Order: sequence, then C-alpha cells, then structure tokens
Amino acid sequence: MFLAPFGVLFAAMYAVPVGYAIVESLHKMQRSGLGLTPPKRVYAGFENYTKALHDDALWHGVGRVLLFGAIQVPVMLGLALVLALLLDAKSARLKGFFRTAYFLPYAIPGVVATILWAFLYMPRSSPVVSMLDAVGLPSDFLGEDAVLWSIANVVTWTWTGYNMLVIYSALQAIPQELYEAAELDGCGPWRTAWRIKVPLVAPAIALTTVFSVIGTLQLYTEPRVLRPLTSSLDADYTPIMSAYHKAVENNDYGQGAAVSVLLALGTCVLSFAVLKISARLTNGRSSL
Amino acid sequence: MTTLTDKPASPARAQVAPPAPKPAKGRTAPMRSQVLTTSFLFLVATYFLMPVWWLLVSSTKSSSDLFGSNGFWFADWNLGANLRQLFDQDGGIFLRWVLNSVLYAVGGGLVATFLAAMAGYGLAKYDFRGRGTIFSVILGAVLIPTPMLALPIYLMLSKVHLVDTIWAVLLPAAVSPFGVFLAKTYAEASVPDELIEAARLDGASEFRIFRTIGLRIMSPALVTIFLFQLVAVWNNFFLPLITLNNQHLWPVTLGLNAWNSDPNQPHANLVVVGALVSVLPLVAAFRSLQRFWRTDLVAGGVKA
Repeated sequence: MFLAPFGVLFAAMYAVPVGYAIVESLHKMQRSGLGLTPPKRVYAGFENYTKALHDDALWHGVGRVLLFGAIQVPVMLGLALVLALLLDAKSARLKGFFRTAYFLPYAIPGVVATILWAFLYMPRSSPVVSMLDAVGLPSDFLGEDAVLWSIANVVTWTWTGYNMLVIYSALQAIPQELYEAAELDGCGPWRTAWRIKVPLVAPAIALTTVFSVIGTLQLYTEPRVLRPLTSSLDADYTPIMSAYHKAVENNDYGQGAAVSVLLALGTCVLSFAVLKISARLTNGRSSL
Repeated sequence: MTTLTDKPASPARAQVAPPAPKPAKGRTAPMRSQVLTTSFLFLVATYFLMPVWWLLVSSTKSSSDLFGSNGFWFADWNLGANLRQLFDQDGGIFLRWVLNSVLYAVGGGLVATFLAAMAGYGLAKYDFRGRGTIFSVILGAVLIPTPMLALPIYLMLSKVHLVDTIWAVLLPAAVSPFGVFLAKTYAEASVPDELIEAARLDGASEFRIFRTIGLRIMSPALVTIFLFQLVAVWNNFFLPLITLNNQHLWPVTLGLNAWNSDPNQPHANLVVVGALVSVLPLVAAFRSLQRFWRTDLVAGGVKA
C-alpha cells in the first residue's frame, strides 16, 4: 500500500547494497600463480577484515578524521549556537540580513565551496596569502600540517549557517512566558541564555552533533577536490578515500567492501554514543 | 530553575516596581550591547561573505587578471567574454552539465518527496504489524553515511549494467529515509484522524484521501523534504564520480572538478565563472521556496 513504492526503492538502494557489501567483503579474487587464467572469486572468510584492521594507512586516516571531528565539530556548533542565541537576543539588529548571510554557504555545493577556498589558499591567486605576506605572516594553507585545518575551515564555512538555523528554529519555539518569568526572577540576558535557552534547545544541538559527526566520518569531497592541487594529500587521506582507493583504483572490491562495512559499523557506534551522551546531559540538566 | 536564595531581592523588587517600565525595558536592550552584538555579527558575516565576494569579483576577470590583480577588487571587465567562453568550451558541454544537475536534483527530489510523503503518511496514519520495526530500520538508514553506501551501490549497479547511465544517479536520488522521518513526524502532528474518518464515511478511497487531504496538509513538510533532497543531490559528488564515466552524463560539480584538477589551471577563469553559474539555480530555488522551508521540523523531530 502506501509504503510499497518507497519500500521497493529503499530495499534496492539501501538494504541490497548493504547486504551485497557484506557478502562481497567475505570474498576475494584469487589470481593463479602465472596469471594465465582469469582471477577467480573465492570465499575468504574474515581475511579482508583482518587485512583492513592491520592497515596502517587506514588507521592514520581514521585518526586524522577523529582529530578533525574533535576540533571542528565543537568549533562549528559552538559558533552556530552563539550566532543563533545572538540572533534570538533583543540586542541584535538586521537579523534577516545576517541570517541570510550565514545560511548562504549551505546553498553552495561542497565541490564549489572547496574550489572557491582553494583559490583563496593558493599563493598564486590568493589575496589572503598576499595580505598575510604583506604584514610579515607567511602562510602555507595547503602545507602538510595546515591542510587538515584548511579543510576544516571549508566544512565550517559550509555548515555553520545550516546548524545555526536548526538551533534558531528551536529557540523560536520556546514560549515567550518563560522569558517573562525568568525576567521576574531577575535573570539577566546571559543567565537566561545559559540556564533557559541552551537546555531547551539541547535536543536540537544533539541532533546537529550527530549529523556533524556522521559528516566528519564521511569526509571525502573537500580533500578529494584539493588533492590535485597539493602534494599534502595522499590516496588514503580519509577512510572513505581509502575505501574508494582500494575498491576502484586497486580493483580489490572485497577489500573496499570490508573497509566500508567497518566504517559503517564505526559510524553507528559513534552516533549512538553521541546520542546516549547527549541524552544523559539533557536529563541531568533539566532535573536540576 | 533559579532558586529564590540566589537573588532574594529580585522577586520583591519585581512586585514593587510599577508595571509600565517593565515591558519597555524588556523590549530594547542597552545601546552598548546592541553595538557590541551587531559588530560581532558583522564580523562573522564578513567571514561568510568573503569567498562569495571574491567569486563575484573574480568571475569578471580574465585568466591573467585572476592571478595578477587584487583578488578582492575588480580589474578589467571580462564577465561577458568569460560567459561566452564557458558555454562554448568543449562544444558547450557546460550547459549539458547544468541541465544534468537540474534533471538529477529536481527529478530525484520530486520522486523522493512523493515517495517519502506516501511512506510517512502510511506509517503515521495506519496501524499495522511491524510498523515500529519498519520505522526503526528507516531511521537507522538515516545514520548510514551516503558515501559508505555509494561503493556498494556502484558494485551492485555494475552487476545490472546500470553504471554509466542516468539511472545510476537518479535511482539513489529518489530515496530519502530522512524525508520519510520528517513526513511521518509531520503527518502525525498535523493530519487529523477525524478528517480521514469523515472522508472515509463520504466514500473516498484511501489513496484519494491521501492525495486530497494528506498531501495538502503536509505541504510545508513536503517543500522542506524537497529542498533537502534537492541540495543533497545537487551537492552529491562521490556517487556520480564513481558511477559515471561518460562526461556527457556528469552533473556540474563533476565537470567543474575535472576542469579544476589540472595543476596548471589552464581553465581557471572558466572554473570561477562556472562556479558562479552553478550556484545560481540553487540560490534561486532557495529564494523562491524559502517561505515554505521549515527547519523547525528538523529540530522538532527529535522530541517526538
């Protein structure tokens, strides 16, 4: 009935690929010693998984993405929360203009955003680099150490406005009487923001956190677009790049599928952890 | 929340104070904090708008000015020439890319929205066995990052020979578990059961009730789902990158990336003006649909 059309496509585009990836991850191509006969697909058990778990390049990618998330997600969501609170505060002017300005990057595709920032990172074209040079601050945005944070900047630029809008909508839903009561209790604007607004929008913050964490783990577009422009990014720079590299460029589907399955499992565990932690924090605060 | 012992003076003062100045004081903030807040907001706005300004300025520049003049200010006006070159390059393939993007994003978005509306309405308004399980599975799917699915989808589509056809992008674009989630939440809250009952008594078929009542009431949610999916498909990079070899099928993001990938940047001015042109349709879509776009659905969804 109503579910059927969605269900069919959902099964085809979600359930079947997931199942297929799991099956594929348990197989490998066996080449004969002389390479005279075409390779055969044979059952490999968990061989692909043990290989993936012993893959240093993959672990480096995972570590890199986790470090990225540990810094970028709090910075971005902190900024989004501050902006949402300020736009919700009485002292802000030109709210409509600011909301549009902050949200605009969301309408710019990740590829285009990265291309834009790449022009602003490359010494040859960047007015920013030449300005920093002029004041005696040489910068190398695409260097080995800096490039991860240059990517973080692109992601922050693209997604802060979207997250701000989600939190802002939650703020708008708070009944006005609560503020009046707070004011009668002698709450200043800071106290109201911290003790009333933040706890009440905690579910929205939790949701944006989960989506940001997922977004971090699937980091791909930005480094992939920057890769041709700098030598600081290798083929295994992020886990997704690694999976693609193995499956398509190295023609080892089983290995790529195993990495994908491991990543999906890792993502689920991490998102559930974030949900659990944020649920505990929210409960802890409202019971005060 | 705040205990009385915190500030014993305040409730007393509130009672004593004359009622008139209170709301006035609440409405306008002190001048100093207005200035501070607004300057901070301006500063942040500068950060968000800087690359956009750079893009606007740079799209008017020739290749040599792009690298030879101040990036934040205009040099010789070459916008017309850039645009002509953009649409002439490689036999006018850029327009083809834009149209492909429109087809994938609008086509996929419309189908995804309609299917999500049906599924969400069904889950919200009919009680049947396994409803909870189905909903949990769909919700779980929201948590699977699309790039992790892209690889298996690619492997699967290559088995059925759909790789390198428009279906490789359109079929995945037509499924939106997040859309189902939003539609279900919204239908539960806003489509009254009494209305459905009344329509049933009038002899309307279930599908007709959905079409005439459900869809209409759910329209704010549908616009939101459509915009989300539109943006997601327009932005999608990984899936078309691995499933499409034929550059005549590429969406505009893939094409721009290909032009940009040459380290010597022979097409730099085309990449810049192309980036500007590729952004315009999305900005236009947002401007026209902004009034109906409801982010509070996303925020409210978690509480349910």
